[in-house]
Amino acid sequence: MTKELWEGNAAIAEAAIRAGVEAFFGYPITPQTEVLEHFSKRLPEEGRVFLQAESEVASINMVYGAACAGARVMTSSSSPGVSLMQEGISYIACSEVPAVVTNIMRGGPGLGNVQPAQGDYFQAVKSAGHGDYHMIALAPASVQETIDMVVLAFDLADKYRTLVIIVADGSIGQMMEPAEMPPMRPVRPPEERASWALTGAKGREHNIITSLYLGAEAMEAVNLRLQAKLREIEKNEVRWKEHNTEDADLLLVAFGTMGRVCQTVVREAREQGIKVGLLRPITLWPFPSDRITELAGQVKGILTVEMNAGQMVEDVRLAVEGACPVQFYGRTGGIVPLPDDILPELKKLAADVAGSKEVE
Amino acid sequence: MASVDIPAGMEQVYGYPESLTPAYTHYCPGCTHGLIHRLVAEVLDELGVREDTIGIAPVGCSVLAYYYFNVDMAEAAHGRAPAMATAIKRVSPDKVVFTYQGDGDLASIGIAEIVYSANRGEMFTTIFVNNAIYGMTGGQMAPTTLPGQVTTSSPIGRDVETAGFPMRMAELLGGLPGSAYITRQAVLDVPGIRRTKKAIKLAFQAQLAGLGFSMVEILSTCSTNWHLTPVGALDWAKENMIPYFPLGDTKVSDGVRALKEGK
Repeated sequence: MTKELWEGNAAIAEAAIRAGVEAFFGYPITPQTEVLEHFSKRLPEEGRVFLQAESEVASINMVYGAACAGARVMTSSSSPGVSLMQEGISYIACSEVPAVVTNIMRGGPGLGNVQPAQGDYFQAVKSAGHGDYHMIALAPASVQETIDMVVLAFDLADKYRTLVIIVADGSIGQMMEPAEMPPMRPVRPPEERASWALTGAKGREHNIITSLYLGAEAMEAVNLRLQAKLREIEKNEVRWKEHNTEDADLLLVAFGTMGRVCQTVVREAREQGIKVGLLRPITLWPFPSDRITELAGQVKGILTVEMNAGQMVEDVRLAVEGACPVQFYGRTGGIVPLPDDILPELKKLAADVAGSKEVE
Repeated sequence: MASVDIPAGMEQVYGYPESLTPAYTHYCPGCTHGLIHRLVAEVLDELGVREDTIGIAPVGCSVLAYYYFNVDMAEAAHGRAPAMATAIKRVSPDKVVFTYQGDGDLASIGIAEIVYSANRGEMFTTIFVNNAIYGMTGGQMAPTTLPGQVTTSSPIGRDVETAGFPMRMAELLGGLPGSAYITRQAVLDVPGIRRTKKAIKLAFQAQLAGLGFSMVEILSTCSTNWHLTPVGALDWAKENMIPYFPLGDTKVSDGVRALKEGK
C-alpha cells in the first residue's frame, strides 16, 4: 500500500470501514462532521448501515442497540455531543457490549467554539458517565496514528467487551497528512456474532442484556467484575511513546497534538543544551503511571503541557507522588501552544529545579 | 403454545405461551401489564417468530419485561428503546423487533426517539401501554395524565394552564408518513382485549411484510396509584380515558389495508 493524502476525519471513517465496521450512527457537529459525511457515502457503497440520527442521545443508543445485536458499530462526535452521550455510554459500559466512540474535541465549556482543544480529558478519563467504570481512551497525534488506533479500538472493544473512545483534538480531525490505510477486512457475518448477542433465542435460552441489578449484592458483583476487567486492561494495554528520555534531566508530558508540538520543543531545547525528554501517553486510560513514576526518579522536574487549564497534570502528579516538581503550561479556548510558548516555560522549570538544588 | 399430552380426539385450544417464561411477574394486583405481555406472547407464538424476535424493555413498571418474554431482550435507557430497536433492526433485518414502552418512557422523555423512528418508517413494532400515570416512581403526573387528574405531582389535579395537555400519541404518530399501522386499543373488557390482540397481530404482520413502523397504543390501568380497586380502575378508565383518547386506527397504510383485507 502506498501513502495517500488523508484528512483526519475522513481517515477515521475509512479506517473503520477497513476494520469491518457494520454500522455508523451519528449527528453532525463541527469539527468532526466529515466523519459522518464520509460514512454516508461509503457505508451504503459497501452495503452496510449508515444512519444520521435525530440527536447524539439517539446516536449512542443506536450504537448500544447495534452492539447488543452483536454488530461492530461506532459513533463520532465532538465535545458537546459527547456530553449528550454520557448516559448511553454508562449503559454500554455496564452492559459490557463493545463499541467505539470518537471525540474530536473543540473549545469549551458550553457551546464553546470549533477550535482544537483538549478540555475533555477529564470527561474521557474520569467522568465518562455516571457510575464506576472507565473507557479505554486512545489519543492519537497524527492522521496515521488515528487510522491505526481506529483499527486497534475495535479489536480492544471486542477483546474486553468494553467501550473505547478515541480522543483527538480538532486539528487532528481537520488536518491532511500522507497516511496508509490498512487492507479491507471482511465484515463478520451475522452467523458469527457473539454467543451473548441478541440474535434470536433459537435452540438456546433467551439472552438478556441489561444494566439493571436491583439487589445491592448483585450490583456490587457486577461492579467487581467490571473492576477486575479494568485491572486486566491496566495490566495489558498501557501505551505511550518516549523521545530522548534516556539521558533526560527534565521531562515533558503531553498527549495528542500537544505531544507532537513538544517533540519540536525537545529538539530545540536540546540544541540549546537543555537535556529534556518527552513522554506522550497514547492511552489516556489506562494511564502510563508506572513509567512516569520511574522517570520521576530520574529527572529533576516535569512540565505537563495541555490544550486545557490543567487536567492530565493531575494524573502526572499522582504518578510522581512528589518525587520531583511537576509544573503545568496550557492554553484554552482553541489556542494551540507553539514551541516558542513552551520553551520559556521549560527554561523556567530548569531554573526552578536548579535553584532548589542550590538550596540543598 | 407449550406442548402437553393431548388425549386422542381432542385438540388443545388454550395453553401457556412459549414466548413467555414461567417467571412470576412483579406487577401489582389488577395491573394489565401481565395481560398485555400475554397477548404479545400469543401473537409471537401464532406467527411462529419467537426464535427470531428481539424485544426492548423500557424504564418504568415494565422495566423487568425481559424476565417475562422468552425471547432475546435488551433493557433500554429511559425513552431510548426506539433508538435501540432502530439499530437492531438495521443490523439484523431478518429479525422481528419490538419495543414495549409506557407513557412516561414513550410520550415524555423518549418522544424524539419514537417520533423519528416512526417518521423514518423503521420496520419495528411498538407496544405502548398508556395508563396516564408514572407507576414505578409512585404515581406522578405522566404526559398522558388527564386534565384535573390528581397525582402525587399534580396534587390538586392536572392544570392544563401550567402543565399542558395530555399527549395523544396515536394521533401524533398516525400523521407521519413513515407510519404503516397506528392504532389505539384498550384492555378494559373482554371484547377490548380481543380487539387489542388482533391489533398486535396486525402490527407484527405489518413488520413481517416490511410495510413500515407499527404501534399499538393500549389504554390500561394503574389501580395502585389511582387508588381504586382493579374493577373500579377499569370503570374509571372507560369513563375518563376513552373520551380523551378515542379508540381506533389513526393510520392504516395501503399495504396494511391490503394485509387486513387479505385475511
